[in-house]
Amino acid sequence: MPKYQTEPLKCWKKAKELRDKYYLDYATAHERGGLRWTGGAWAFDAIPAGLGDDVYPITGEPYAAGIAFNKPFSLRCLEEAESKGWARDLCAYMRNYWGSMYLDEYNTGGKYPKPDFAFQDHICCSHAKWYQHVAEYKNIPYFCIDISVGPYKDLNEDRLMFVVNQMHESIEFLEKTTGRTYDDEKLIEAVKNDCRLTSVWAEICALNRNIPAPLDEKTMYSLYVFGTLQKAKKEFADFYEELRDEVQDRVDRGIAAIANERCRLMSDTQPPWGFLKVFRYLEGYGALSVGSLYSFGLIGIWEDKPDGTWGPRTTPMDKGIPIDTRDQALRILADWNLSKPEFQHFYDAGLKTKMMLRIVKEWKLDGVMLHMNRGCEGLSCGISENRLGIAEAGVPVMTFEGNMGDEREFDEIKTRDRMDTFMETLGLERSES
Amino acid sequence: MITAGMDLGSKFIKIVILKDGEIIARVKMLSGFEQEVTANDAMKEACEQAGIESDAIDRIVATGVGRSIAPFAHNKLTEVGAAARGAIARLPETRTVIDVGAEEGRAILITPEGKVRDFAINEKCAAGSGTFTETMARALELELAEFGQLSLKSDKVIPMNAQCAVFAESEVVSLLHAKTPKHDIARAVHDAIASRIVSMARRVSVEKEVLLVGGMAYNVGFVASMKRTLEMEIHVADEPDYVPAEGAAWTAYDKASAI
Repeated sequence: MPKYQTEPLKCWKKAKELRDKYYLDYATAHERGGLRWTGGAWAFDAIPAGLGDDVYPITGEPYAAGIAFNKPFSLRCLEEAESKGWARDLCAYMRNYWGSMYLDEYNTGGKYPKPDFAFQDHICCSHAKWYQHVAEYKNIPYFCIDISVGPYKDLNEDRLMFVVNQMHESIEFLEKTTGRTYDDEKLIEAVKNDCRLTSVWAEICALNRNIPAPLDEKTMYSLYVFGTLQKAKKEFADFYEELRDEVQDRVDRGIAAIANERCRLMSDTQPPWGFLKVFRYLEGYGALSVGSLYSFGLIGIWEDKPDGTWGPRTTPMDKGIPIDTRDQALRILADWNLSKPEFQHFYDAGLKTKMMLRIVKEWKLDGVMLHMNRGCEGLSCGISENRLGIAEAGVPVMTFEGNMGDEREFDEIKTRDRMDTFMETLGLERSES
Repeated sequence: MITAGMDLGSKFIKIVILKDGEIIARVKMLSGFEQEVTANDAMKEACEQAGIESDAIDRIVATGVGRSIAPFAHNKLTEVGAAARGAIARLPETRTVIDVGAEEGRAILITPEGKVRDFAINEKCAAGSGTFTETMARALELELAEFGQLSLKSDKVIPMNAQCAVFAESEVVSLLHAKTPKHDIARAVHDAIASRIVSMARRVSVEKEVLLVGGMAYNVGFVASMKRTLEMEIHVADEPDYVPAEGAAWTAYDKASAI
């Protein structure tokens, strides 16, 4: 018997419309005299925002995840990338994106819209080269910011300025590349949007501490995406506030993501995008993933709260910190983004284990499912150490192998079998068996 | 009370029938392409062996890769759960079960109560499985039993890639061309599989007593390699491939007793 009442999200339709508009805006930017740029979801997108309101990005990871969901096109993209000589074990997002570029086909239809410039940061080895290749292949200008300054806990003035100085240089590059005059007011507004959006997303994730959880992670994947598309966009930040209010309302009324919630899990890294139905399979056990360090911490910016819990980082605006100049805006943008939880474990798997165990405790979880994701070396590096740390803490943990963007490396039947075993060890039986 | 366990493995279907906790029938048949038909035939034979009608069985639990299509089964149990329950029935002191069958290798850490604490299963390659051993024996033109026995004659350590069955097979061919004696190659193959299985087992940790189950435990060469690689004594189950089916039968018994 269902224990909880459930209902669809009211803002789901709006989320879909915003997402569709994002890809359309990028494709049609030139028709309106605007500019297009490409880069990663980690790029400091608030900086190109200073070029004007008619400058539209396309970020590679969510674009490639969308391709992965479109399996026939994904297979053609992957094979096209491989036919150019790229190794099959490179980043699956990168191979899907490059395949789309080589085939000159856009995932939503039409030709691949050539960007006017590439703007990126060096978050991992693949990201460092991904857009360099795009720039060379498409003969467009490219700027990349090196952010290899270590984990946030070790950030000092010199390290911060290493990033901030590059940001200043990037603005000179953007002005020279586009011939436009840079507008600091638009930068400042964009930085405020970035801080607002990423803090509110953390607030939404924090609401999932409630039992029953108002959101399941499969649904969250369709919502967190705005923070990967364009963190500094006002409409997206506004949408997250609307979403936060709706999720709070669900909590107040006891509305659950799944009616039979009896087992709360977390996942890790990007999911296999072409096989999100495995999350629905878990629901047959009354199990749901309430999130992960990935879905919480790739977008959400967090801080320690006075009561010791993890909560949304207080924005500079709420703290009354002035953001009146270009330099102030860039310093805040750098500091804010370098505190991103997902950034930390690029330096130390132990930091990731600590954050994961914190989520297990604070979100009252029963177990952890780790995706040993062959498609992303950046987020998968250290997973075995994480597994060991979680197991040693006495938390049930399972692993499954797969690939977020290459369906040839994901075995759905075996994964379900693995999930069956994990559920059995947690003492759960499928309701329909 | 009569209960039965069916293990629909990728190569063999095994059925065990218990009467009041005593084994009264054990049957094994090649799975073939029509697993459901084979399962029916195996159950018929098991009932004849037990001297009972099939409707006399109070509860049947199915396990194995084909469990979802198991006829008659009242409940399904994963291979990990079945191997753990079967191991506890065979040797109550078991804390680590290593189960290597035709298709998969598994390491299972269990509590004194027989509950699964942690588990690991080999990922997308046959290199840690019984089928791989059969392929290697074929490459050396040896019967499987002969392949195991022969490896005991070797005292050489030849490193071999066991991360990929295809590459490992090509290494065997290279060794043959290099006139390496068959017994040394046989040992190299077993050492490689053992190394892969032990590495997987150490991911969940290996605690005494260790019980080796599954069809690969019939292979004396593999057992010797496992002991060397683990650097500890291990228990090898008699008729080791029946352990998961017994675990399923015992689970049926537990469930029927709880009603």
